[in-house]
Amino acid sequence: MALVADSGSAAQSWPGGPGFKKPMNKKIGNIDCVPILYEFLPHMADAKFRAYGHSLEEVLANAATALVSLMWAADRVRPIRKESIKVEASSLEQLTVKFLTEFLYLLDVKSFLLAKVESIQVEEAQKDGRKLYRLEAEVAGDSASPEYEIYGLVKAVTYNEMKIEKTDGLWLLEVVVDM
Amino acid sequence: MDLVRISEYSWEIPKSGQMRVPARIYASKRLIDLAGRDQTLQQAKNVACLPGIQRMSYVMPDAHQGYGFPIGGVAAFDLDEGIISPGGVGYDINCGVRLLRTDFKESDLVARKKELLAEIFKEVPAGVGKGGVTKLSSRVLKEILIKGARWAVEGGYGLAEDLDRTEEGGQMKEASCEFISERALERGIPQLGTLGAGNHFLEIQKVDEIYDEKVALAFGIEERDQILVMIHCGSRGLGHQIATDYIELMGNEFGFKDLPDRELINAPFKSRLGQQYYKSMCAAVNYAFANRQMIAHWVRSVFEKVMGEARGMRQIYDVCHNVAKVEKHTVNGQEKMLCVHRKGATRSFGPGRAEIPAVYRYVGQPVLIPGSMGTASYILAGTAEAEELSFSSTAHGAGRVMSRNEALRRFRGEQIREELAKKGIELKATSWKGVAEEAAAAYKDVDEVVKVSHETGLGKLVARLVPVGVMKG
Repeated sequence: MALVADSGSAAQSWPGGPGFKKPMNKKIGNIDCVPILYEFLPHMADAKFRAYGHSLEEVLANAATALVSLMWAADRVRPIRKESIKVEASSLEQLTVKFLTEFLYLLDVKSFLLAKVESIQVEEAQKDGRKLYRLEAEVAGDSASPEYEIYGLVKAVTYNEMKIEKTDGLWLLEVVVDM
Repeated sequence: MDLVRISEYSWEIPKSGQMRVPARIYASKRLIDLAGRDQTLQQAKNVACLPGIQRMSYVMPDAHQGYGFPIGGVAAFDLDEGIISPGGVGYDINCGVRLLRTDFKESDLVARKKELLAEIFKEVPAGVGKGGVTKLSSRVLKEILIKGARWAVEGGYGLAEDLDRTEEGGQMKEASCEFISERALERGIPQLGTLGAGNHFLEIQKVDEIYDEKVALAFGIEERDQILVMIHCGSRGLGHQIATDYIELMGNEFGFKDLPDRELINAPFKSRLGQQYYKSMCAAVNYAFANRQMIAHWVRSVFEKVMGEARGMRQIYDVCHNVAKVEKHTVNGQEKMLCVHRKGATRSFGPGRAEIPAVYRYVGQPVLIPGSMGTASYILAGTAEAEELSFSSTAHGAGRVMSRNEALRRFRGEQIREELAKKGIELKATSWKGVAEEAAAAYKDVDEVVKVSHETGLGKLVARLVPVGVMKG
């Protein structure tokens, strides 16, 4: 597994904020690799990324950064506007799609460009005997303006080839988005 | 995988396993090799497993891997036993193409080409992150979703005859807003009349070659160097959200355990959810028709302003290439109504079909196939054979062969602009990085795609168009 981020990805800065730990350094053979939050995987027509995290929350936050890096440079956006996100889903896959789609909604409806996810919590609950995930997040960013270049548009977040796994305390989330 | 070559340009995957019908692919050897590099053929097989599928799961010459259904996939389903699937339409509902003709020649434009493109760039919002120029109330939005391009024409955007020259008259009658989420409606409000980004573009083109003079003339194409305008865009965030919503709703109701790919999620066509999706999809189709209607109107106004007149500017046609429609087709010698999914495929009705505007009915419908940004586009004519071959469908464009990251590594937007400038093509774009992603070399050769279409009879070549000015959102 190559742990060198694809050169096409723009934002590589650690989102920081409360509750976050830096991801661990990875060792491949005897080579120490830089810690990364996400990387892009080959995909012909659209875009596919893999996010990493120590927790479900962290991997989702990193996936959000990966997603918006297809559209703008999150590390150049000033975190001066706040938005809140609340979603409910019946599976982790659905939670991923609904959470990430929020950033497309915020762009379209509120002209909001994400800089960083400031806080994020996921709770597991039961509703009518079925498992339910509740996500709440506070995100910071700025309004779209000529100051920020938007170089691509993600149309939708898909379930295609989605993978969400936890191994050795490390979460891994792969997502294909429609461009 | 069994892949049997049936003729030079057709291939078949015989029925096996869960497949209810075979899969048929129209491609040259080179194009099928490209399709074999990704999941296209497997996806065509998966579609062949869906309930109620008729005849075959078809794959057009420009096909590539999609979600659930391949892009370039055509599948028709029985209305009683069959299904409807958001993944068989695509996220960008009624992504499509509108083509306008004029009486200008390239030589008329030369001095003003830059100005013309700059004005179009000013008047037609790309709408990325900022929305469009209109401020709609949700009441007006709902009217647009029901009336489509008709709403735009009644509001002064364009001419009544534009409607006759649009698929469905610019309005799918089955549309309803009742089953569209608040989120989807919210996303629709700021984006009406915007082009969007990605592979969407607006081009000033000239006729490069005419293959069939009689049909070209019927379409309003008279000579080489004649100027046309092509608009390629869709239903923006509203359509994307409707697709996302119904993939979730159908997943919750029907589950996806038996599906090889979660994006094949579907509902019986006549079920409550199937009908709700269909009516909502029709509304998104209408939104996209209104969108292109408004953009075309602004283009006309810019020509009037810059050139003093929009000399002979008239709409040739407007086609959808991401849609599901209820159409009459012949299966086993019997005519029946089917729900035809075209995902990255263009309808190709031949002469005589009642759905074609009267002026074109004797030659077949115009089929508009955009190339990638800055390359040739084509006009084809629908054929009678296409009914038997593909439920009257053909290709919709070029199809990518190189990932976006690869394109970004290899190309620079500014360098692409210079190369286009050398060929006399002006380029205006909101982002150079976005231009690099859409580099022509990242796409299949559209010339080969239309050649296969022509040779197989899916759609017959009429004219080749090349750009003189490109606006990319």
